[in-house]
Amino acid sequence: MKLNELTIKEAVEGLKGKKFSSVEITQACLDQIEKHNSEINAFIAVNEHALDEARRADEIRESDSNSPLLGVPIALKDIYMTKGLRTTAASKVLENYIPQYDATVVRKLKDAGAVILGKLNHDAWAHGASGENSDFGPTKNPWNTDYVPGGSSSGSAAAVALNMTIAASGTDTGGSIRQPASFTNTVGLKPTYGLVSRYGIIAMASSLDSIGHLTKTVEDCAIYLNVTAGNDPMDATITKNRIPNYLEDLNKGVGGIKIGMPKEYLGSGLDPRIKENIEKVIKKFGELGAEMVEISLPHTEYGLACYYIIQPAEVSSNLARYDGIRYGYDRSYFGDEAVRRIILGTFTLSSGYYEAYYKKAMQVRTLIRQDFEKAFEKVDAIISPVSPTPPWKLGEKVDDPLKMYLSDAYTVIANLAGIPGLAVPSGFIQHQTFGAGFIGDLPRSDRGLPTGFQILGPQFSEKLLFRIGHAFEQTQERRICEI
Amino acid sequence: MKIDIKHVALRQAQDKQNGQGQMKINIKHIAKLANLKLKDEDLPRLETQLNEIVSYVEKLNEVNTKNIEITSQVTGLENVTREDTPAPSLTQEEVLSGTRSKHNGLFKVGAILEE
Repeated sequence: MKLNELTIKEAVEGLKGKKFSSVEITQACLDQIEKHNSEINAFIAVNEHALDEARRADEIRESDSNSPLLGVPIALKDIYMTKGLRTTAASKVLENYIPQYDATVVRKLKDAGAVILGKLNHDAWAHGASGENSDFGPTKNPWNTDYVPGGSSSGSAAAVALNMTIAASGTDTGGSIRQPASFTNTVGLKPTYGLVSRYGIIAMASSLDSIGHLTKTVEDCAIYLNVTAGNDPMDATITKNRIPNYLEDLNKGVGGIKIGMPKEYLGSGLDPRIKENIEKVIKKFGELGAEMVEISLPHTEYGLACYYIIQPAEVSSNLARYDGIRYGYDRSYFGDEAVRRIILGTFTLSSGYYEAYYKKAMQVRTLIRQDFEKAFEKVDAIISPVSPTPPWKLGEKVDDPLKMYLSDAYTVIANLAGIPGLAVPSGFIQHQTFGAGFIGDLPRSDRGLPTGFQILGPQFSEKLLFRIGHAFEQTQERRICEI
Repeated sequence: MKIDIKHVALRQAQDKQNGQGQMKINIKHIAKLANLKLKDEDLPRLETQLNEIVSYVEKLNEVNTKNIEITSQVTGLENVTREDTPAPSLTQEEVLSGTRSKHNGLFKVGAILEE
């Protein structure tokens, strides 16, 4: 196995056992970036000090090898502030902005010994479901470059999938980690709201923003969360709960665990291939010893409408600070999607409309939250599709924002309820023209495009989600993406 | 819920009277509030897209929300405070390092009031 293909766990074990150095892993990742980034466009910038950081990690290894990520190369969505390293939010507004400080999570990752490879592309300001709203050009899906990798954490997903990095950070306000993870055969975690600090991460919608990551395995996802979760005096919404060891229950299996399947989620609007895949997942969990229970989340169908009021309202407020007076360029540099959301949000918050739109949406949010509270009285966790469709072709939805928004239908609910969601790969599905024999439409690998499902749990139940996800993952074969 | 619908209807009727047609959003007015300068050629496309989105989100009017409290903080935190103790912060030099426009250790900005 090539060093850039390692998981976090494998990298840490190999580094500890002196099988290879951090410089060697970092160089392998940099080589992979060099080879493929011009086509995939996952990275906006590579950290020119990455090898120096790796060298330092190797030196520290000689004296202290307890830091959990010591010498492990990772990459950051370019919406995480990095001291001295340009941070753009993938927008021309911040094209030349160099932060004066690190986001809390970046500091925690550095303190844990991680090597920063560079900054990853995404939909500008994290607005989008395909990566195509980036002002630095779209990212392509490494499994088939005619298709989108999902978004907004498009570069994070593509970079992890193509082994340009060992793991990557992301942000999830309405599905921006889970959906690209499911489009690229990677694992993506949206933590509980307030579990991971938002300080120093450019804000999208402050009551929904969740700070998570994409990895190659569920176990890696837990290792990473062990570093990033909890305590930050700079974020008033951070939890005061004691942070557990997220690896603790990983191997306990799903025997006796009750998993809910919302009946509303398999209805119309779900692509039949996704439905078939989810049904296989349900069957697999049954075989593994979980008890599958049908549940109801009656307000699900209002989730998207609720989200597309609350989120743009908060976006318009957060983006109001970008006036070009102190940092960055003025407001004429905003791209189309940011303009749409600012106008929509300013409208719903404006005098005379606030009660009909924003207040109404905040009330419906309560009903959605209560749906979950009731469901979790009956079941331990819930499984659901991530995206209603497989990845679509680049360009397919760019002129139809509402159509793009509808692809968030299954993911926004977790953000509204503040609960965690873990996206886990569940195989590959064939492009629909496969049977008709249009060779040009066939995925490059000839084996279809990735899909995944998500596990949702009560607030702060991440440890349980890892346990369930890991049990499923053990039944699947890991597939390396080749271009 | 009924009141909300009536309210919107009333508002739309007012907008119509004011000569703003069928559009749910008066884009030029909202753009001014948001300090965005839009190009005239972009307006028709933007209006169509935004009206579609607003029509979609009005789906919420189907939900009865009488006596339902709002959710603004989803994990139930209230009145979060911290100790008021001084701690090191960024230096003046650091703060100014990311700006294009500075003068004598200060941000240089356009005049608000002119003679």
